[in-house]
Amino acid sequence: MGLKQQQSHHHSVAVKVNEQMGTKRGYTFIQANRAWLPKFLLLWVMVMAFLSTWIYKKMDADNKVRRKEVLSSMCDQRARMLQDQFSVSVNHVHALAILVSTFHYYKNPSAIDQETFAEYTARTAFERPLLSGVAYAERVINSEREKFERQHGWTIKTMEKEPSPIRDEYAPVIFSQETVSYIESLDMMSGEEDRENILRARATGKAVLTSPFRLLGSHHLGVVLTFPVYKSKLPPTPTVEERIEATAGYLGGAFDVESLVENLLGQLAGNQEILVNVYDVTNPSDPLIMYGHQNQDGDLALLHESKLDFGDPFRRHQMICRYHQKAPTSWTALTTAFLFFVICLLVGYILYGAAIHIVKVEDDFHEMQELKVRAEAADVAKSQQFLATVSHEIRTPMNGILGMLALLLDTDLSSTQRDYAQTAQVCGKALITLINEVLDRAKIEAGKLELETVPFNLRSILDDVLSLFSEKSRNKDVELAVFVSDKVPAMVKGDPGRFRQIITNLVGNSVKFTERGHIFVKVHLAENAKPMVDAKGETCLNGGSDEGLLISGARQFKTLSGYEAADERNSWDSFKHLVADEESRYDASINMTVADEASENVTLMVSVEDTGIGIPLIAQDRVFMPFMQADSSTSRNYGGTGIGLSITKCLVELMGGHISFISRPQVGSTFSFTAVFGRCRKVPYSDAKKSNAEDLPSGFRGLKAIVVDGKPVRAAVTRYHLKRLGILVEVASSVKIAASACGKNGSSCGSKIQPDIILVEKDSWLSGEDGSLSFRMMDWKQNGHVFKLPKMTLLATNITNAELEKAKAAGFADTTIMKPMRASMVAACLHQVLGIGKKRQAGKDMPNGSSVLQSLLCGKKILVVDDNMVNRRVAAGALKKFGAAVECAESGKAALKLLQLPHSFDACFMDIQMPEMDGFEATRRIRKMESQANEQMNGGLDEGSARKGEWHVPILAMTADVIHATYDECLKCGMDGYVSKPFEEENLYQAVAKFFIAKPISDS
Amino acid sequence: MDIVSQLQRQFIDYSASLHHEGFVDDQFTQLQKLQDENSPDFVVEVASLFFEDCEKLINNMARALEQQQGVDFKQVDASVHQLKGSSSSIGAVRVKNVCISFRSFCEAQNREGCLRCLQQVTHEYSLLKNKLQTLFRLEQQLLAAGGSIK
Repeated sequence: MGLKQQQSHHHSVAVKVNEQMGTKRGYTFIQANRAWLPKFLLLWVMVMAFLSTWIYKKMDADNKVRRKEVLSSMCDQRARMLQDQFSVSVNHVHALAILVSTFHYYKNPSAIDQETFAEYTARTAFERPLLSGVAYAERVINSEREKFERQHGWTIKTMEKEPSPIRDEYAPVIFSQETVSYIESLDMMSGEEDRENILRARATGKAVLTSPFRLLGSHHLGVVLTFPVYKSKLPPTPTVEERIEATAGYLGGAFDVESLVENLLGQLAGNQEILVNVYDVTNPSDPLIMYGHQNQDGDLALLHESKLDFGDPFRRHQMICRYHQKAPTSWTALTTAFLFFVICLLVGYILYGAAIHIVKVEDDFHEMQELKVRAEAADVAKSQQFLATVSHEIRTPMNGILGMLALLLDTDLSSTQRDYAQTAQVCGKALITLINEVLDRAKIEAGKLELETVPFNLRSILDDVLSLFSEKSRNKDVELAVFVSDKVPAMVKGDPGRFRQIITNLVGNSVKFTERGHIFVKVHLAENAKPMVDAKGETCLNGGSDEGLLISGARQFKTLSGYEAADERNSWDSFKHLVADEESRYDASINMTVADEASENVTLMVSVEDTGIGIPLIAQDRVFMPFMQADSSTSRNYGGTGIGLSITKCLVELMGGHISFISRPQVGSTFSFTAVFGRCRKVPYSDAKKSNAEDLPSGFRGLKAIVVDGKPVRAAVTRYHLKRLGILVEVASSVKIAASACGKNGSSCGSKIQPDIILVEKDSWLSGEDGSLSFRMMDWKQNGHVFKLPKMTLLATNITNAELEKAKAAGFADTTIMKPMRASMVAACLHQVLGIGKKRQAGKDMPNGSSVLQSLLCGKKILVVDDNMVNRRVAAGALKKFGAAVECAESGKAALKLLQLPHSFDACFMDIQMPEMDGFEATRRIRKMESQANEQMNGGLDEGSARKGEWHVPILAMTADVIHATYDECLKCGMDGYVSKPFEEENLYQAVAKFFIAKPISDS
Repeated sequence: MDIVSQLQRQFIDYSASLHHEGFVDDQFTQLQKLQDENSPDFVVEVASLFFEDCEKLINNMARALEQQQGVDFKQVDASVHQLKGSSSSIGAVRVKNVCISFRSFCEAQNREGCLRCLQQVTHEYSLLKNKLQTLFRLEQQLLAAGGSIK
């Protein structure tokens, strides 16, 4: 069972951790940028497109460069070969020229005639494949023309085959190859081109070329090569004149450039790919085409020019190559780039898909988590509803059981039977308590519990709680005390009900487990905890041995009761620092409060110290787990379920604090918790008075008292309570000291403290010096030193009759102040002792039994509002039984009418579910009415003379519903409490006691 | 006196049988406790109030449910609630229990169920009335014979 519990606890922790993790995970990179994902994808695609374009361009450029290189190398190669072939031919012509000069001129008579020349040239034509034919023209000067014509037997003709007109010089062809025999006897000088060629050739002595023209025979483009033939041997460096002079004739040949190039290209690889043009660029502005077509469609973008040197320095030629076709689209580059792009696209898409998937999964995860939380919440809500229903259903039969048991107990039973029945009743009550607690806890876990923030008086709540346990503690002879630091504000804002629950739980636990010693509740500001720790350190330094004082052979500790406590911080050594601290700051308190009030909240540190059996060390770490007790024997010995502390812990955490404890087995435990409360700023009077303001009489202001107590902590507690009543307190550690203090007073004529009352702790009184005090008193009286004899009162946790008699004899007042002390109770006792104010019965802190109820309700006028006749009658009957005067109203409206101010009702019991106007609405209206009246009254009357209370009739809801939600709503609309229907004595008492107990004293 | 003690025993037995058979519960005992010298007829008074109330409410409900169409379930529900309150006040458990199921039928606006429940309520009510009247008669006899209830 325990393990299970633990697991579920862990489970809820795990859920919380998960939630935290979840929120953290929510901020991963992907999640945070989820809106950007498509943009990322787009960006990626764009970058990749750009990249692939770049790749394509680069590859394309590479291709182009390569193509260009190929072109240029091919072009160069062609040019070089053309040049080579050309020069071979030229060389051959040169050789022919030498032949002519050798055999025609140096031999006399000439060894060459036309026939020989034709024969020779025809046979050597293979050497000159490029030359369509060669011919030799002799230089003939006009004066020699006739001689020459005669010699050869024909006249010199022009190109047009006309007889040549007279010129200075002629160059008639005398020898010709057969292929060009038609030019025999033609004057080469008659053609403009040829003439220029001849002149240039003979001047330079080198082979010269004409510009390209259509050859006569083949209509191919061609050039004529002219080579000079000199008669005599020239000097090594002949001048132009010498050359001209020596010129004998000219050897010429027609180069068929077109066929030449055609042939050449035909021999080379890659002929189809490129286009070759050969130009004569002697005049750069007008290039003359030698080969190829002028208007060719080819790749005009890319061309390569190669220089050609045909050996004529005057003429320049060049070869221009270009590709036949435009550069083919580079498929490789295109494919590569495209594939690259596609791959990147896919990668991008995969990444995007993954991211989207992650986001989706995370979203799903969050959603699931939320659903899970919701499902859990629904589960909790359901189980809570279930619990509420079940508890309701259990309560009904349990009431039957309890009622029957009560009936049974009323009958004559043997002692064993009675014991059985009582045990059964106790168990039944415990069961109902348990159900309520489980309900509470379920509610806290479901987060349904909301703390209210209303101003309340912390001190009076502590007093109330203590009074609840006073009976039990008194029976056990355990001292129960409360101390609230002065610095704790009188009113704080918070949830009084829950605070009371916490304190009740802790004190209840302590009472349960403590058989001797004390239970001490202490409240101070959390900031004060530090000086206390410091103080503790100090005492250690000063030698911690003084912790235990050896008094009458037993180790005595400076705690409230003298028993050792688990947490030494509560011992007097540190406690006195706290008290002293407060006193030292008392003067500065005005400043302090101003400073303190600057902050909105106040953190209180509450500790509950007991000297009980403590918690075994092994059990200490699971104290706050539900249903965990020290060991299974605990519940057998002490009862209880162990759910209380876990609820307490939840509540403390809801209040913004935390709880911890120090426990030593067989020594005691100290539970301390902090809680944050709101500070009340200048609370309006009506508000402060509303429900739980401290209704303490002011009649004791200015009185002086001496507290005689050997134990400083206890004395401080007593002083605290007296101080609340406005009494000035001096502490004396023994009767003797007190007496001497008084005595001094007496002698110095009351210039110092003149005590009105002396409160003596029973222990101090019993410790031997009983006689002396009264003796002294008598002494004073006789001497007349004292104007008014101080009253003497005994303080005791419990007192036997014998002791009481003895005390009376010793001069103490009849009324003994019984512990635990509560300010209101002390006040009542002092009233009796001092005779101030109305005398009222003081000790009415016996909270059980119908007799008490009777005393509470007796004479009270109560209004019962219920639409159901039967219910009304029953409720009225029940209340009448306790002596109340009951009036009935059958609807909210009727109640409103009856409660018109002023009225004399002391309380009102209101049914909630009524037709027309339900209980909530009626209460709201009543409260509204009252507050209006209060305003008027406060405006009209001086506050002091105003009736003590204001108009605030206690309204209690009557409901069959035990669920707390209804209760909360009751409080919300201004009700003071609720009683379950049908009435139960105890329940009725608890509800009624709240405002009927405080009343009598304040009602003066 | 023999007759007194006999009557007393009879009374106690009868009272116990009422408890035993579940007609009344602890609350009725509480009521009996409330009766003292100041209000000697408290229980009878309350019971007769209850009977009156019951009869009135049952008539109301019967009238409301007689309508063939447009039964005002809200009104019926209010009546049942009243009846439930009264019966739990007086401790008439069985009536109360029928009322609980009656209400759920009202919420579901189930006319058939309501009518069935009305019948049951009427039945339980008359049964209880008989029983209680017998009890009161016994009580009177006892008192007349000079005994006391306790």
